[in-house]
Amino acid sequence: MNDLARYERRRRIMYGWMLLSPALILLSLFAFIPSAMTFWSSLFSRGTRRNPSEFVGAGNYDLLFADPTFAKVVVNNLIYAGVTIPVSIIIALAMALWANSKIPARGFVRTAYFTPTILPMIAAANIWLFFYTPGLGVLDQIGALFGFASVNWLGRPETALWAVIIVTIWKEAGFFMIFYLAALQTIPPDLKEAADIEGASRWTYTRRIVLPLLMPTTIFVAVNALINSVKLIDHLFILTKGGPSDASKLVLYYIWELAFSYFDRPQAAALTVMVLAVLGVTAAIKFIILDRRTHYQ
Amino acid sequence: MTDPFVHVESVEKRWNGQLGVEDISLSIPRGSFVALLGPSGCGKSTTLRLLAGLEVPDSGRIIIGGRDVTASPAAERGLSMVFQSYALFPHLDVAENVLFGLKVRRVPRAEQREKLAQALEMTGLTGLEKRKPGQISGGQRQRVALARAIVAGHPLCLMDEPLSNLDAKLRHSVRRDIKKLQRDLGMTVIYVTHDQTEAMSMADMVVLMKDGRIEQFGRPVDLYETPASIFVAEFVGSPPMALVESGVMPAELERSDKQVVYGIRPEHLDLAEPGAGLLQAVITHCEYMGSETFLSFEVPGTSGLTVRLPGEVRRSVGEAAGLTFDRANLHVFDKNTGYRLPR
Repeated sequence: MNDLARYERRRRIMYGWMLLSPALILLSLFAFIPSAMTFWSSLFSRGTRRNPSEFVGAGNYDLLFADPTFAKVVVNNLIYAGVTIPVSIIIALAMALWANSKIPARGFVRTAYFTPTILPMIAAANIWLFFYTPGLGVLDQIGALFGFASVNWLGRPETALWAVIIVTIWKEAGFFMIFYLAALQTIPPDLKEAADIEGASRWTYTRRIVLPLLMPTTIFVAVNALINSVKLIDHLFILTKGGPSDASKLVLYYIWELAFSYFDRPQAAALTVMVLAVLGVTAAIKFIILDRRTHYQ
Repeated sequence: MTDPFVHVESVEKRWNGQLGVEDISLSIPRGSFVALLGPSGCGKSTTLRLLAGLEVPDSGRIIIGGRDVTASPAAERGLSMVFQSYALFPHLDVAENVLFGLKVRRVPRAEQREKLAQALEMTGLTGLEKRKPGQISGGQRQRVALARAIVAGHPLCLMDEPLSNLDAKLRHSVRRDIKKLQRDLGMTVIYVTHDQTEAMSMADMVVLMKDGRIEQFGRPVDLYETPASIFVAEFVGSPPMALVESGVMPAELERSDKQVVYGIRPEHLDLAEPGAGLLQAVITHCEYMGSETFLSFEVPGTSGLTVRLPGEVRRSVGEAAGLTFDRANLHVFDKNTGYRLPR
C-alpha cells in the first residue's frame, strides 16, 4: 500500500513535469536563455580587430548614461507611453460603451472600429504617410481648404513624435475596444435595471458599476498597451526613421540602430537589459497593486 | 377596498407585433400581497416590468399611490424590486449593495448607517456586511436582495421569482420570512411566480395569467374553489383537478343544453367497489406520499382522475375500481370557451 502511494506520488510528479515541459522548453529557448545571454554579452566591450572583446562590467551601462541620444530616446518613449496608453484606453472604452448600446448599424460600427487592428502596422503607416505628406497629404489638403499653410507633420521636430503617437492610438484603440466589448457583454443587463430602480443616473451606473467590473480588462489592456509602447515601432521605419534629429526615436528603434546600423552589439545588449528590467518591474507593480483592488468574477 | 394603491388600467404591450400582455387591469389595495401566477411566457414578468417602469406600455394607464406613473422612469415610482438573479453588484460588499440606492439619493450618512443596521437585522445578515456576494451562500444572497429592497422603505416591492434559485428546503423557510417581512413593514408586495403552491400559500390575492391575459384575479380560495376556466382548474391544486368529458358521466348527471367538461377535485372523489359508484375505472398509478396515497385512474374521455386516501393503501395497478362523488362538488365548464358555467 505504501509502495503504491509512493508510486502514485511519483507518477503525479512526472505528469506535472510533462505538462510543464512544452512551455518550459519553448520559453527557455526563445526567452530565458536569450535574455541571460543578452545580459552576459552586455558586460563585455565591443570587440574590434585591435582590441578584442573584454569584460568591462557596467562599462556599457556607463557609456549609455553618458549618451545624449539615450536620454532623448528615453524621454521620447516616456512621452509616447504616457500619451498612447491612457488615450488609447479611454478611446477604446468610449467606443466600446457606444458600440455596446442599442444603436443603428451596430455591426457596422464595431467592424469600422476594428478595421485598423487587422491592418499590418506597416500598411497603417503607409496610409498615414499619405495623410501627413506635406502639400499632397489629406491633412494639408483639408487645411488648405480653410486657408492654413502647409505643415510638414513628420518632418518637424515639434510635431514628428505626436504624429507617430496619433498613428499608434488609431491602431491600438480598436483592438482594445474588442476586449472592452467582450467584457461589457458579460455584465448582466439586470444590474442596469437594478441601478435604474434605485435611481442611479447613467453616469453613476457607469462609474460605480461598469468601470469597476471592467477593471480586470483595463489591467490586461493597460499591460498590453505598455508592452506595445515599447514593442510597436514598425511605423517608425516608414514614417520618420526616428528623425528629424531623433525627435521621434523610441528605445527599441535605437536598440535596432545600435545593433544593426552602428554594429555596437554590447551597447544594444545593455539597453535591451535595461528595457527588460523596467518592463518587468512595471508589470509586477501593476499586477500586485491593481490586482488587490480589482474584482474578478 | 376604497382607493386602490396600485391601479392598472387596460395596459397593453407588444414587441414587433408579437403579444406581450393585453388588456391587463388590476386594482391592488395597500398592504396586500399579490401573486402574479402563470406558466412561463404568460406575461407575468412583463406585467411586473411594466409596473416597475423597466418597460413602457403601448397603451393603458398605471397608477401607483394615486399618481399616474405610466410614463415615469423606474426611480420615480417609489418602489423597490427583487430580481430573479438578485442582480447584486458583484464587486460591492453586502453593506454597499444594500446602501447603493441610499447613496445614489445622497441620504445622510448617519441615516444610512441606521437603515442598514435595521435592514440587515431584519433579514438576519448582521455580521456579513463586509462580504462580497461571491463569498456568501445562495440563501444569503437572496436575503441581501431583500435587504436592498426594504432598506429604502418604499411602500411597494416587486419580486420576480425571488425563490427560483433556492433549493426546496430553503424555499420553504424564505417564503415565511418574506411573508413576515411584508406584514411587519406593511409593504404592498407584487410577486411573480410560476409555482402555484408559492402563490397560494403567500398571497392575499392571486392573478393567474395565460397568453398575456388575466385568466382570473381573486383570493387563493376563489381560484381553488371556483376556478373561472378549465385552465385555472388545471393550474391550481396539486394534484390538479380531474376533467371529465360529457358523455362519460352517468346520464342523470349530464346536461343537455351545452357541450361541457366536468371538473372534480381529488379530495371530492371517493373509492367504491368495482361495479358500484358513478364511474368505472382502472388503477394506473399508486403513489405513496407518507401521510396519504394518491391513486390515479384511467377512464376513456377523462384526464387526471386521482383519489387521495389517508395513510398507506395497498392496491395494485390494473385493478378495477368504482369512483363516486357528490354532485355538489362538480365544476362545469363550457367545452368551447373553457369558461366556468353555473351548475
